[in-house]
Amino acid sequence: MSFERIREKLNILADAAKYDVSCSSSGSTRTNKNKGLGDTGTGICHTYTEDGRCVSLLKILMTNYCIFDCAYCVTRKSNDIKRAAFKIQEVVDLTINFYRRNYIEGLFLSSGIFKSADYTMERLIAVAKKLRLEENFNGYIHLKSIPGASDELMREAGLYADRLSVNIEIPTISGLKLLAPDKKHEDFVKPMLKVKNEIIQYKAEKKIIKSTPIYAPAGQSTQMIVGATGESDKDIMYTANHFYKNYNMKRVYYSGYVPVIEDSRLPALGSQVPMLRENRLYQTDWLLRFYGFSVNEILNDVNPNLDIDVDPKLGWALRNMNEFPIDVNTASPKMLARIPGLGMYSVSKIVKARKFRRLNWYHLKKIGVALNRAQYFMICDANEWHHKDLQPAQIKGLILQNSKGKFRSSYSAQLSLFN
Amino acid sequence: MNEAKNLIYDGSFNGFLTAVFVAFEEKIEVSNIQNESIAQQGLFSDSEKIYTDDDKAKRVWNGIQKKSKQASSSLYFAFLSETDGIELLAYYYIQKLFSYKQKVHLNYADDIVLKINQIAKSVGREKHRMEAFVRFQLTKDSIYFANIEPDFNVLPLISKHFKDRYADQQWIIYDLKRKYGLFYNLESVEIIALDLDIAHTNSIYKSSAFTTEEHDFQQLWNDYFKSTNIKSRINLKLHTQHVPKRYWKYLSEKKAM
Repeated sequence: MSFERIREKLNILADAAKYDVSCSSSGSTRTNKNKGLGDTGTGICHTYTEDGRCVSLLKILMTNYCIFDCAYCVTRKSNDIKRAAFKIQEVVDLTINFYRRNYIEGLFLSSGIFKSADYTMERLIAVAKKLRLEENFNGYIHLKSIPGASDELMREAGLYADRLSVNIEIPTISGLKLLAPDKKHEDFVKPMLKVKNEIIQYKAEKKIIKSTPIYAPAGQSTQMIVGATGESDKDIMYTANHFYKNYNMKRVYYSGYVPVIEDSRLPALGSQVPMLRENRLYQTDWLLRFYGFSVNEILNDVNPNLDIDVDPKLGWALRNMNEFPIDVNTASPKMLARIPGLGMYSVSKIVKARKFRRLNWYHLKKIGVALNRAQYFMICDANEWHHKDLQPAQIKGLILQNSKGKFRSSYSAQLSLFN
Repeated sequence: MNEAKNLIYDGSFNGFLTAVFVAFEEKIEVSNIQNESIAQQGLFSDSEKIYTDDDKAKRVWNGIQKKSKQASSSLYFAFLSETDGIELLAYYYIQKLFSYKQKVHLNYADDIVLKINQIAKSVGREKHRMEAFVRFQLTKDSIYFANIEPDFNVLPLISKHFKDRYADQQWIIYDLKRKYGLFYNLESVEIIALDLDIAHTNSIYKSSAFTTEEHDFQQLWNDYFKSTNIKSRINLKLHTQHVPKRYWKYLSEKKAM
């Protein structure tokens, strides 16, 4: 292959794929077969870009030619940019050679839609099939499900891919109509539903016939753009919750909108990427998936948006002071997980350590609890608990005074003296 | 009264376990356990040279494993940290494991248990980093070669990962700091020592040891690394937190091309 030509294509098609934030390579059960190449595991970030995001997969588009004209998308057909397309063999060669050098965990292949949804999906599947059958490649493959692709193709895709994903991008149906008038909500949902049902069927058959070929072992995920259509945090998280509950999503990703094109329907070029908001949404997502919170505890009609200055767990605690203090030496793990400043690792350590002795502030500090936040919400084996008469606003003030958040400058009203 | 003794062992894990065996069996009051390459005579304690005995080591190891698999793995990880004084700490940890009926390795409020776990965790992180940061370069002899300088002695911990993953290619991972490496010959992994006159860092100099195709792929990887960056989200602090600077010289994507 001509090196300079490949180089140019890679630059164009990697640049166009980078707004897809998913880069997870974990959760698959695929192992090395017949002394071939590769396996999967708990996921490895092989490097990090200068914006601090993990690079675990070779994330590229098959092509950035596209028949659609979605306002938020850099490859939309009316955008005047350089276009390119990979040949199937070129993607296979790049993947194998990057993998052999331990640069990546596998391939993340997406595409602009050319000709039709099915034609595009077929090309993505052809790459995955070639990697699996001809190269005996057992590394991770993440394929995009092209909105509108047929059930037969979605079935085939799952036989070679570890993960499948459709990005719904716009959390509300009204937003979708405004920004992507050519796309229908049903087109996004249909492949998702097919994959969900195939996974359920695979799991059932696997119990009876052990040799059932594996189907998308790392499940499916989706992504939403944040801050493009004036949606509230409640809109976003309720939609996310819907996908977790009804489509067995492994992950929902949130992507702060990066203005790439001038369009009156969208935030102007040069406006700031809402990174803090994105961060708060991820924190909420974690509370739902690992900490046993339900979405309406955190976001509801009274509080449709997350606090900017404190994390969502602390925000919830300050609104629900009647639940506290919690006694770390007796409370259930489920209640411990609700104390601000306590992560799941600390919870597990506390539960084990308290079998040996009653824990006091000193032990908790050594275990690694963030006492700056936690101390106002718990009691332990010590007489001091000075905080019982404090009002939520006072507690919030004390916590903020004693902490240095990385986003502090973006919400602090205090003027900085030396800048 | 028993005199406190300084046990000198050969630096191997089995040597250390033998020392533990001897200490238990002869009811020695241990003042220190030291690697012979750095051992110093204590002013007020006797020294005893320990001769590694794999059977004795095995008996101690089996005893620890019987107590808890998790404890045994924390212990091994912590030992590989080569931290100053790790042997004595590990000795106290083993003593503790054997003197309680309870699962004392879960008592995170205990200083020794916590310390061993913290060290084991740092070693675990370094192991994971090496699984991420090894960059193979294809030599003209068709061997995928990487050299590394890990903070801790993690080669024994990463061997299986690379063997399982790169089952159809020959590879070498060489630890420049500890002067030994792993060579996978398509069948098994052997331990090797090499005479390397230079370290193969990510300098722009194109070493003739590698194929031309190799230099092309490094270029492509370097390009990819740049194209996948979103400039309006730049966060160099986070970048260096995840990819600490001491590893940069072996990462081809950090080469100034």
